[in-house]
Amino acid sequence: MSDINLTIDGQAVKAAPGTLVINAAKQVGIEIPSFCYYDGLQSVAACRMCLVEIEKTPKLQVACTTPVAEGMVVRTESPTVREARKGTIEFLLTNHPLDCPVCDKGGECELQDMTFRYGAGESRFVEQKLHVDEQQWSPVVFFDAPRCILCYRCVRVCDEGMGVNALGVINRGAHAEIAPNHFDHLECDECGMCIDICPVGALTSGMYRYKTRPWEMHHVGTICTHCSNGCKTTLGVRNNQIIRGNNRDQSGINGEFLCIKGRYAFDFVHSPERLQSPMLRKNGALEPVSWAEALSAVAQKLKEVKARGGKFAVIGSNHTTNEENYYLQKFAREALGTASIDHHRTGDVPTLLDALSGKTGALATTDDLYNRKAILVIGSDLSQQHPFLAFQIRANYRHHNAHIYTVTAGPVREQKQAVRSIMTIPGQELEDVESLRDQLKAEPELVIVFGDAIKGDGVHKLVAFGDSLGIPVKYVCLVDYSNSRGASDMGLSPRLGPGYRPVSEPGLAYDEILAAADLDVFWVVGANPLKQNALASEKAFVVVNEMFLTETALRADVVFPAASAYEKNGTVTNVCGEVQRLKAGLQVMGTKPDLEIIGLVSKEMGINIGIWTHDKVFDEIRTSVHGYNIPLPIVASGGAAQTTPVNGHVPASSRPDLIQSSRDTLFTSGSLGRYSKTLSSVLEAPGGLYSGERP
Amino acid sequence: MLYNDPHPLEVKIVTKRFGLPNSASLDTYLATDGFKAFFKAMEMTPEQIIEEVKLSALRGRGGAGFPAGLKWSFVPRNSPLPKYVIINADESEPGTCKDRLLMENDPHQLLEGILIAGRAIGAHKGYIYIRGEYRYLIEAMDRAISEAYARGYLGKNIQDTGFDFDIYTHSGAGAYECGEETALLDSIEGKRGIPRMKPPFPAVVGAWQAPTLINNVETLSAVPAIIRDGAAAFAALGPPKNGGTRMICLSGHINKPGVYELPVGFNLLRMIYEVGGGMRNGKKLKAVVPGGSSCPLLKAEECDIPMDFDTLAKVKSMLGSGGTVVLDEDTCMVRFALRIMKFYAHESCGWCIPCREGTTWLKKMLQRFHDGGGQKSDIPLIGELSKNMLGRTFCALGDAAAMPTISIVEKFPEDFEAHLNGRPCPYAHAAEPVFA
Repeated sequence: MSDINLTIDGQAVKAAPGTLVINAAKQVGIEIPSFCYYDGLQSVAACRMCLVEIEKTPKLQVACTTPVAEGMVVRTESPTVREARKGTIEFLLTNHPLDCPVCDKGGECELQDMTFRYGAGESRFVEQKLHVDEQQWSPVVFFDAPRCILCYRCVRVCDEGMGVNALGVINRGAHAEIAPNHFDHLECDECGMCIDICPVGALTSGMYRYKTRPWEMHHVGTICTHCSNGCKTTLGVRNNQIIRGNNRDQSGINGEFLCIKGRYAFDFVHSPERLQSPMLRKNGALEPVSWAEALSAVAQKLKEVKARGGKFAVIGSNHTTNEENYYLQKFAREALGTASIDHHRTGDVPTLLDALSGKTGALATTDDLYNRKAILVIGSDLSQQHPFLAFQIRANYRHHNAHIYTVTAGPVREQKQAVRSIMTIPGQELEDVESLRDQLKAEPELVIVFGDAIKGDGVHKLVAFGDSLGIPVKYVCLVDYSNSRGASDMGLSPRLGPGYRPVSEPGLAYDEILAAADLDVFWVVGANPLKQNALASEKAFVVVNEMFLTETALRADVVFPAASAYEKNGTVTNVCGEVQRLKAGLQVMGTKPDLEIIGLVSKEMGINIGIWTHDKVFDEIRTSVHGYNIPLPIVASGGAAQTTPVNGHVPASSRPDLIQSSRDTLFTSGSLGRYSKTLSSVLEAPGGLYSGERP
Repeated sequence: MLYNDPHPLEVKIVTKRFGLPNSASLDTYLATDGFKAFFKAMEMTPEQIIEEVKLSALRGRGGAGFPAGLKWSFVPRNSPLPKYVIINADESEPGTCKDRLLMENDPHQLLEGILIAGRAIGAHKGYIYIRGEYRYLIEAMDRAISEAYARGYLGKNIQDTGFDFDIYTHSGAGAYECGEETALLDSIEGKRGIPRMKPPFPAVVGAWQAPTLINNVETLSAVPAIIRDGAAAFAALGPPKNGGTRMICLSGHINKPGVYELPVGFNLLRMIYEVGGGMRNGKKLKAVVPGGSSCPLLKAEECDIPMDFDTLAKVKSMLGSGGTVVLDEDTCMVRFALRIMKFYAHESCGWCIPCREGTTWLKKMLQRFHDGGGQKSDIPLIGELSKNMLGRTFCALGDAAAMPTISIVEKFPEDFEAHLNGRPCPYAHAAEPVFA
């Protein structure tokens, strides 16, 4: 269909048929104000702010529901229109408390902005205002009904966006109010999307309320350090303290989406249990020491063990940056001379890359989940484990009517939208996928999202199944944490170096390291392997980079207090292989980023394995790690660039048994989650997988 | 039961069985031409039925006066989804009390009308959405429906015609807003009753997303007579484009209030002085609400007009739902405006800003004004706030609140002036206000 021509405020506009007037105006830079209209959500035409004058129509029309028509002449700022908006604002302010000076939203409030733009300087309302007391709906959600202007954005984002439907409306007329799903409290995802989307200060955040004014913070766009989806979160930092996480500027792959982790679970940073000084075991007990003392103790030990040809092993992290992981494996391989390096593997990425050898464009991006016509989810409760991917799929269904298929071991939220869902028995996923063959064949294209249920040979079989469908198929291999994918890409593996380069002499794998009785030095960076396993080697000198005294740190001889992801620069790679930049938002006294710790140890040992600034290491990664030669400006400007897959045979692990997801829910996040007060304070914590819809 | 005696000037079409013994029973109905129209309709094609209704010039009796046949013709003939007939019996307009009589005294006439409408649009299910406060009528309708089922006038293969039809009653929950047809649809689907965006209109996307015909009780009750006696006879009762009769709910300060069936276009003054028995206690006429509280008021000198849709539109009022309220010279128009606004503030669903906040503001302001706290600047402000609602709300409820208020301020400024400067209400001595 050809474009429709219309005139808005004297400007000629071309718009696709079906475009709403409000969006057509936006195309030419004309903002039609609205409270209730929100991109991506259904129009409700409730606020009447977007009224415009359309020639040949007697009454003012709402621009948020009126589609463009050929020859339409629209006036968005005529005196009649301005008068109508002034009237609407006046009505809105009748029952709105004028507590802007103490309201969290003051300064970034849409009602404030509109009042400045259209409102009267003086109120003609002299009657008594309605008042309702403030309510707390959950540890993170507070509701102040009098401030609410009833735009229903929260109701819609919870229903349409999150698929949770925890908010509704009660009472009527001026007494109409937003209400939570359980009388006086909320039981939901606690994602806080409702707070973010609220144009006024009606819904406020338990973490942020009454703490600051927006202009007193500086805003740092970085990547959430919890799950592997790689959502951008903008931290509001004041006095070296993170007060808020949100993404109102809608930059990054996730737009404004954030779950409870991205929005609130930064609070582990300020946990009183945070380590702020190196610790050294003296007379059997860990004691705080200076950085110099700790560094020299470690360097001496490493030199000594290296000199006598002792046995080293290193376990790296799913949370540290690509630069740190790269530098760590380089340190292990070059400085310590060991290939016994591994990390907690949560998805079989190497086998997928091997199986896709010779194909291009077969790895899906997060965007593909929103745009592709069909999605098959195997063995994951996405809404719990990968909330952003689930959000993308839901949005795809709403906006593009995508066909969704699920093969899961229990009820999942995606079933509500699925054309077909199969409840499978763990281990039988592939057989059940097979039964979808005919339906999938009829799809024009497909994205297959699979969890750790499919690994080793299973991945080859799955890709063979995908090939046999005769349609373009893309894949996402789910992994757990913010840089699980990067840890794998950077070669934290006994058999594969950076970029999945095979290693000539493989070292010990994860379980072998823990089981080796003769380890001399065991270095753990940002991981907690001793939570569930014992270290067999009693004589091993254990060095741990950690934020907290975890089970592993308690066994250490030296503990280095590490900086969290929110305190350092670098890059991380998300579940879809998209590289994004971390930006340091604050510093916690006494800590250092892992990159610096490794660099300082190697310096202390007198070994030079290269400069340890994040940008230099990233340069090295770009030139030496396959797939990471990504356009620098995209990453530098806060965007996401997908790595290119290894196009060749990957000698994938013969140990699929080591691949095991931690099965975190929305309210758990490995060891990190334990130190987040918010995650453990919500009623739903720790939650469970495959429980389907919450009642 | 009936509340008033019939008047000789009445033309009894839809109320012709009122007053017969057991008028609500199927036997009485069958003995007085009942279901003749249904059998006739079964011989006609759906297009012929719709054409007949169009020719009858029957206009919607719920308030908007939309031509019924035209509405029927909007329902698509072919639909992958089942179609529905929904009867709007959520009669809540202050001053209106006609549908209750039709359901109570002649329920089978309504059922027959529903069947004919179902035949015309190709529906096999009907829902009667009855105002929650009309609890006893839900029982009455249910009784009539069971009787019809038992005697084969509802259900599968009705009277061997091969036509299937089921009718259910559905209770409202006390919201005026649910009389708005799209809010009614949300309510019937089990949701909060708020109006829907139009287009799409219910004829195309209605209940459960399926094509749906929504008609008022009185509208469908007129259908059997139209089909049975022919469209021409019905149309001839009223002026052009305004066919048939209207049930006028005459109330207020008159001697014989009641519901009277009069031809469309009957003169308003004759209605008051002849049918209604004149003003009570010989008082002078002050104003008339012609068709329910949403209509702009007419001053006494504007009342010598025929009551049809088009004439009332010309005098900038509406025929509405037939709730004619007569006010005498002792009526305080400020208090009257306040009473109306209390109703709309209470009934505003809260969906859109102008109606939600505007009605409440006006209610509070009129209350203060009537209590003696009014200022001169309030008088134009009442009109201005009403105009800020008018035409800017999501549905017509905002307009319904604004229109009478604007007309009262414009036509009776002296009543407002009389309340200024803390003076007590000059009508405080008046015996009984209307809409108390």
